[in-house]
Amino acid sequence: MELTILFYVFAALTIIPAFVVVFSRSLIYAAFSLLFTFLGVAGLYVLLSADFIAVAQIMVYIGGIMILLVFGVMLTKQATDVEISTGIMKTLPALIVVGFALGTLIMVLTGASWTQIGTIPQIEGTALELGELLMTTFVLPFEVAGILLLVAVMGAALIARKPKEVQS
Amino acid sequence: MEFTDILISLIKIIVMFVVVLVTVAELVYTERKISAWIQNRIGPNRVGWKGLLQPYADVIKLLLKEDIVPTAANKFIHTLAPVISIGVAFSTLAVVPIAGETISMFGREVQMVIADVNIGILYILALTSMGVYGLTLSGWSSNNKYSLLGGLRSSAQMISYELSMGLSVIGVVMVTGSLQLTDVVTHQAGWMWNMVLQPVGFITFVVAAFAETNRTPFDLPEAEPELVGGYHTEYSSFKFALFFLAEYANMITASAVITTLYLGGWQVPYLELLQLPSGIVVALQILAFVVKVAFMLFVFQWVRWTVPRFRYDQLMDLGWKVMLPIALANVIATGIVILLIS
Repeated sequence: MELTILFYVFAALTIIPAFVVVFSRSLIYAAFSLLFTFLGVAGLYVLLSADFIAVAQIMVYIGGIMILLVFGVMLTKQATDVEISTGIMKTLPALIVVGFALGTLIMVLTGASWTQIGTIPQIEGTALELGELLMTTFVLPFEVAGILLLVAVMGAALIARKPKEVQS
Repeated sequence: MEFTDILISLIKIIVMFVVVLVTVAELVYTERKISAWIQNRIGPNRVGWKGLLQPYADVIKLLLKEDIVPTAANKFIHTLAPVISIGVAFSTLAVVPIAGETISMFGREVQMVIADVNIGILYILALTSMGVYGLTLSGWSSNNKYSLLGGLRSSAQMISYELSMGLSVIGVVMVTGSLQLTDVVTHQAGWMWNMVLQPVGFITFVVAAFAETNRTPFDLPEAEPELVGGYHTEYSSFKFALFFLAEYANMITASAVITTLYLGGWQVPYLELLQLPSGIVVALQILAFVVKVAFMLFVFQWVRWTVPRFRYDQLMDLGWKVMLPIALANVIATGIVILLIS
C-alpha cells in the first residue's frame, strides 16, 4: 500500500519536471528540472529493489552529468537570457508522427502479455551479484566500455587544450 | 512498516538533528577559542560562563537581521540553494552507525543507526556529489560576479576531489568486502582499524574530506581577500545562517564518516574481554564514537588556523596530479596484498 503511494509520488516527480524540461522557455529552469526527473527515476529504481542502480543513477547523472550541464548553461551568457523557441510549428506533420507513435505504444501496452509477479521477493542487495557478474561473465563489455570512456576523456582533453605556440 | 517502527525512526532522526544543531553551535565557540589559543588571544569570554553562550547570541543576532534578496537575483533558486546545502549535510548522517549493540525501545531491539542501508558507502558518495549544487546554484542565482566565481571554484574543486575520495574508499571496501557501514565498523574490531590497514587511503581520504567541506587550506570558494564572501556574498539573515550551519554540519558529517571508515567507528579495543552488561557497552561505544568525532573536529580546526590557503592552480595540481595517482596506486597495492594473503 505504502509502496503504491510512493510509486505515484516518484512517478509524478519524474513526469512533471519532464514537462517543464520540454515546455520551459528558460534554459536554466529546463536544466534544473531535469535534476528532479533524474531523482524521480532513482526513486523508481529503489522501489524495484535495484539499490545499486539507484545510487549509481544519482552519482553519475545528478553528481556528474547534470553538474556539467548546469555549468554549461551558467557559463554561456546567451543561454540563460535568450528564450528558446518552444512555439508551435508544423502542427500537422507533428500530430501525425506523435499520433502514430502513441498508437504503437498503446498497441504494445494492451497487446503484450505482461507477466505479473504477485509478491516481490525480498532482495538483500544487488551490489554483490552485479559486481561478480561484471568481473566474470560480462568482463569484456565492461572493459570495452571503460576503454571507450578513457578514449573520450583523452579526446576531450586534447580538444580543450591550447595549441602549442610555435617557437620562432 | 508499522507505526512503532516509524515512531522509532522519527525519534532517532530528531535526536540526531538536535545533537548536530547543538554541536554546530558549540563548534563555532570552540573554533573561536582554538583560533584565539593558537594566535595567543583570549577569545569570546563575556556571554555566559567563559563565553559558552556566545554562539547562541550570534544566532539570535543573525536571525533578527533583515533578509535581503538582490533585485537581479533568481529568487526561486536563490532560496532553494541553502536548503539543498543543509539538506545534504544532514541526510548523510542517516547511515552512520554510532554504536554496535542494540537497545530496547517499545519492546523492540533498536539498532543505533537511523538507516542501515546495504550500500551505505555509495549513499555517502552520492550525497556528497549532490552537495555541489547548493554552492553552484547559490553562486549563479545571486547574479554577482564574486558569487559566481566562488560557486564555480567550489564545483570544480568538489568534482576534482570526489574522484580521489571515491578511490580511497575503494581500499576500505576491498578490505571489508562490504558496502554496508555497520559491516565496515564490525570488521575493524580490536586494533584492526582501517587507519592501520589503509594508511595511504586514510591520508588521501582526509585530505579529500577537507577539500569537500571547503575548509582551509582548501577554502577557496570563500577566499575573503579575493572574492569578498564567495558564493554567499549576497546572502543575509536566515539564509546566510543556513550556509553557516551547513558548513559546520558538513564538518561534523565528514568527521563522523572518517571515524566510521578509518578510526573504527564505535569500536573500543578489547572491550568484549571485560564482559560488561549491554547497557554500559552501548554507552561506552557511543562515548568512543563521540570522542573520535570530537578529535577529528579538533583536527579540522587545528589545521584551519595553522596552514595557509592554497593558490587555485596549486589546489588543482594537488588534486589531479598527486592525490589521484596516489589513490589509484593504493587501490592496486591493496588488491595485490589481498591476493597474496588469501
